[in-house]
Amino acid sequence: MGVLFACESVSVKYDMGFAVENVSFELEAGDYLCIVGENGSGKTTLLKTIAGLVRPAAGKVDLRGVKQSEIGYLPQQTPLQKDFPANVMEVVLSGRLGRNGWLPFYTKRDKDSANEEIVRLNIGDIKFASYRSLSGGQQQRALLARALCATDKLLLLDEPTSGLDPLIASELYRILRELNERGLTIVMVSHDVGSAVHYGNKVLHMQTSKLFFGSQNDYVASDAGRRLLGGAAAGRRLPGGTAYV
Amino acid sequence: MFELLGELFSYPFVIRALVVGIMVALCASLLGVSLVLKRYSMIGDGLSHVGFGTLAIAMSLNLAPLEVSIPLVLLAAFLLLRISENSRIKGDAAIALISSSSLAIGVVVIAMTVGMNADVCNYMFGSILAMKKSDVYLSVAVSIAVLVLFVFFYNKIFAVTFDENFAKAAGTRTGVYNMLIAFLTALIIVVGMRIMGAMLISSLIIFPALTAMRVFNSFRRVVICAAFLSVICFFIGIVFSFALDTPAGASVVLVNLAAFVLFFALGRIRKLA
Ligand SMILES: Nc1ncnc2c1ncn2[C@@H]1O[C@H](COP(=O)(O)OP(=O)(O)OP(=O)(O)O)[C@@H](O)[C@H]1O
Ligand SMILES: [Mg+2]
Repeated sequence: MGVLFACESVSVKYDMGFAVENVSFELEAGDYLCIVGENGSGKTTLLKTIAGLVRPAAGKVDLRGVKQSEIGYLPQQTPLQKDFPANVMEVVLSGRLGRNGWLPFYTKRDKDSANEEIVRLNIGDIKFASYRSLSGGQQQRALLARALCATDKLLLLDEPTSGLDPLIASELYRILRELNERGLTIVMVSHDVGSAVHYGNKVLHMQTSKLFFGSQNDYVASDAGRRLLGGAAAGRRLPGGTAYV
Repeated sequence: MFELLGELFSYPFVIRALVVGIMVALCASLLGVSLVLKRYSMIGDGLSHVGFGTLAIAMSLNLAPLEVSIPLVLLAAFLLLRISENSRIKGDAAIALISSSSLAIGVVVIAMTVGMNADVCNYMFGSILAMKKSDVYLSVAVSIAVLVLFVFFYNKIFAVTFDENFAKAAGTRTGVYNMLIAFLTALIIVVGMRIMGAMLISSLIIFPALTAMRVFNSFRRVVICAAFLSVICFFIGIVFSFALDTPAGASVVLVNLAAFVLFFALGRIRKLA
């Protein structure tokens, strides 16, 4: 399969200095990339750059096999949303917006697609509940359903399992794997390194610049991987909140 | 009561104030939901003060008020939005500077030319006598345009209000919609300013949204409820203003305040139940 997008020497600068420095890699359609690294290592910034929200100071993100309107994005939650009057259906439906151009109203197809994602993420019973009254995990699932509504090509996830209990988290990983097997390309930022490495096929380890990029197997054997995964990486058991089969 | 209403409707100036005011109240409440949720209420406030400044200049130069104010306030909307989007400058401090400066310019210009008279008080706190016949056409046309655009872009406005980053990542041109919201707000403020008063027009934007949010939980319901509330409160406020001879804007604000208190209590009761 062809290259879906490429980061070409991407650097992003904030007031205090580089948040992302000279990062290059290519992702092919069908890849499942996990971005790992410490707090403040530039993961969110890189993801935002890929999503087109942050303009790189140097280099560029080349969207070759995917259009901007075909990207689904799950942000790290902002406090503003937490008390917004909207129900789950309204939130999920808004994911279809990028697709229907100038059309002022949602079509039946949009609604069907929203319902499908709602069922997939098991939030049917809270479909008309108010978003602000949901638990953090339920909100997260609503936002994921919205992101899935927006794309069947490229999904960008910023810590999708933060705030989810281990059971729901592993359910989420299962759903993502299933979607990935059907051809959806996934880029996921995660602190749950164990699961990330377990489910993804590629790993990008950030430390402002690129510390490692490559296949999951190579990562486990690499210095960077060993350090982050701890001594356990050498053996069978990986750290993290989820149980592995 | 009926006598009062009968008398009310027998005056053409009251009818004019009601027609324009109801349209303005409706549009302001719709835009208000988005502005309040985006934490942009300050922009509405700033624009109304800029509006006062431009009105004062128009008055002292003997120019038509709406024709002078509309382009200048649109320009201000563009600037204020830019300022509040740019995180490097302290956004609300900059807006406060612009709005108090405009107010000061307006007051000084008036003091130097026509002098501080009853007209000035009307500009600041509203008057049902404000609407001339020619103003009515322009005001109604502007309001209808705002209404149509809001309905047409409703879904986009929701998305941009709820989560601008997501909408942008999915290819929506969020900058355009932010500007649209700011421009529509500017238009409504200029048109509504003379009935409601420059000091009070922004409450027409903020109150209905806040009130509706006390009780309703979906965006659509909040929008619809805010629209109804705004129109009803405006009507009651004008009746009060006419009956008690109080400034129109201030009366409408007080009715809005009463509605807010009522809904606040309702919301609390619902939470307990
Ligand atoms: N909007 C911003 N303005 C200024 N500096 C920023 C901004 N966003 C991020 N930074 C800085 O850029 C660096 C990288 O931040 P980023 O959010 O990308 O880290 P991260 O890897 O996602 O961290 P975490 O694991 O905590 O989410 C940090 O030093 C941060 O302080
Ligand atoms: Mg982050």
